[in-house]
Amino acid sequence: MKRSYLGFIALAVLGLLAPYTGAYPIFLMKALCFALFACAFNLLLGFTGLLSFGHAAFFGSAGYVLGHSMKVWGWSPEAGLLIATAASGVLGVLIGGLAIRRQGIYFAMITLALAQMIYFFCIQAPFTGAEDGLQGVPRGVLFGVFDLSDDMSMYYLVLAIFLLGFMLIDRTVHSPFGQVLKAIRENEARALSLGYEVDRYKLLAFVLSAALSGLAGATKTLVLGFETLTDVNWPLSGEVVLMTLIGGIGTLFGPVVGAFLIITLQNELADKVGSWVQVILGAIFVLCVLAFRRGIVGELSARFGSRKNA
Amino acid sequence: MEIFGVPHQALLGQLLLGLVNGSFYAMLSLGLAVIFGLLNIINFAHGAMYMMGAYAAWMLLEYFQIGYWWSLLLAPLSVGAFGILIERVLMKWIYRLDHLYGLLLTFGLSLILEGIYRDQFGVSGQPYQVPELLRGATDLGFMRLPNYRAWVVLVSLIVCLGTWYVIERTRLGANLRAGTENPQLVQAFGVNVPLMVTLTFAFGVGLAGLAGVLAAPLYQINPLMGSNLIITVFAVVVIGGMGSILGSIVTGIGLGLIEGLTKVFWSEASSTVVFVIMAIVLLVRPAGLFGREK
Repeated sequence: MKRSYLGFIALAVLGLLAPYTGAYPIFLMKALCFALFACAFNLLLGFTGLLSFGHAAFFGSAGYVLGHSMKVWGWSPEAGLLIATAASGVLGVLIGGLAIRRQGIYFAMITLALAQMIYFFCIQAPFTGAEDGLQGVPRGVLFGVFDLSDDMSMYYLVLAIFLLGFMLIDRTVHSPFGQVLKAIRENEARALSLGYEVDRYKLLAFVLSAALSGLAGATKTLVLGFETLTDVNWPLSGEVVLMTLIGGIGTLFGPVVGAFLIITLQNELADKVGSWVQVILGAIFVLCVLAFRRGIVGELSARFGSRKNA
Repeated sequence: MEIFGVPHQALLGQLLLGLVNGSFYAMLSLGLAVIFGLLNIINFAHGAMYMMGAYAAWMLLEYFQIGYWWSLLLAPLSVGAFGILIERVLMKWIYRLDHLYGLLLTFGLSLILEGIYRDQFGVSGQPYQVPELLRGATDLGFMRLPNYRAWVVLVSLIVCLGTWYVIERTRLGANLRAGTENPQLVQAFGVNVPLMVTLTFAFGVGLAGLAGVLAAPLYQINPLMGSNLIITVFAVVVIGGMGSILGSIVTGIGLGLIEGLTKVFWSEASSTVVFVIMAIVLLVRPAGLFGREK
């Protein structure tokens, strides 16, 4: 418990200082959003043992909800974030409720297929702007006080959202509820026979993960001011798996490391190697699965920290 | 003549298109099911293999002037050979791990393959001519039947039923089914299980390659043609369940027909109808129409 507390403070300090190191605020904000996304995803994969292959649906549709509510309805950013998060949560109830009816590999296929359905919906829906995307979403004024068009104000809001989400996941994992989730991950049949209503726990974890993914996606749209179909499409669902895998499945800090790594990689390589970015990501994927399944943080804590808390 | 206010020519035309799509669903989901049965891996790269089959036909024609008929044989063989390589180099390391790693590995693989093809051929589609023998259409009296589409349906039916026959009715198939149940025991009886696993994988992806060649003259050949299809095929697999070979075939073709019908009556919903059916099946019969819960 104490260690993750220290780690959290280190993360917060790093976050507060990061803009003064000369890193682009936009890049940092984008990476923080993906870090929260990966952490939320890891809550499901790492701590409940459910591999969702459709998390882009939550990330992307929350982006559309925020964009629409702020641009068309003229809502404030706090209201936009709230409704977008809630919408992803509701979507999580629907998709999660169906997907938990099957286990293992089928669970992954079902989430992928349902997310693809959301993608097709977004192509045709009148409010998403289809191929052009939703452009020109205003950042607005937070609580009527903080003007978010200033990059630094925006950055600190993103950081606050990220830390809040991270803390929530940390608390969840270390709560009695989180212990039951781990029990389900380790041995579902036994958890069931001990009298836990496994499906209910799984669904709640799924909805929590979906809502937080939505919060991450909505925040990203707020930062960048647009939303496109890329954010609801399956390659992004794969990317978040990769971020978590390379950082360390089932570790608290792994997904953060993984997200920063992948986003940096994409930023650095995009204009240099073109479509080879995808090949490189795929190769990292294959290598991680074959030889590096614990991920960076998992590997580090296995080597140096036998004190790893349960 | 009209049926529910739709001219029957249009209705039959869409049904035929649905049947063609359904044939592809059947061939791909059959391959997935056979591979899953023995390897316990859901091959995400199946879509990429289908795409490779189509490109193999295109490349054979473009670089070697080898036409459709030889491609029909050579392209699946080359995709199958590539499958052997993949199985021997990558897959064999992960059989003992959780099934999910198989999905992740093949997902990474399909990213690599698609990226390479995109770099080589760009994202715009390549056309491929219908072979001369199968051009034109036959007048059946009540509708004009495009020859090539009829050919695709015919070939896929023959291949699917042939596969069913081999697996369910022959000695080889008996070994295969036994290997699905208990590989150690089959090995102990003197069957070379690792070889069987390799060849099964090669056969499964070879089927995908064959589907790719059949699809080449119908659709534009492009690097993403497989991944868009494979997700729908996943839904087909969830609906049918992977327990039964005949079930995969029936489900694939049936869903293709339903998709075709939806296109006639409510075209906006045609891209999502398979997923909606999947949701309903999960609510009513979670194990799938022909599946058994393991």
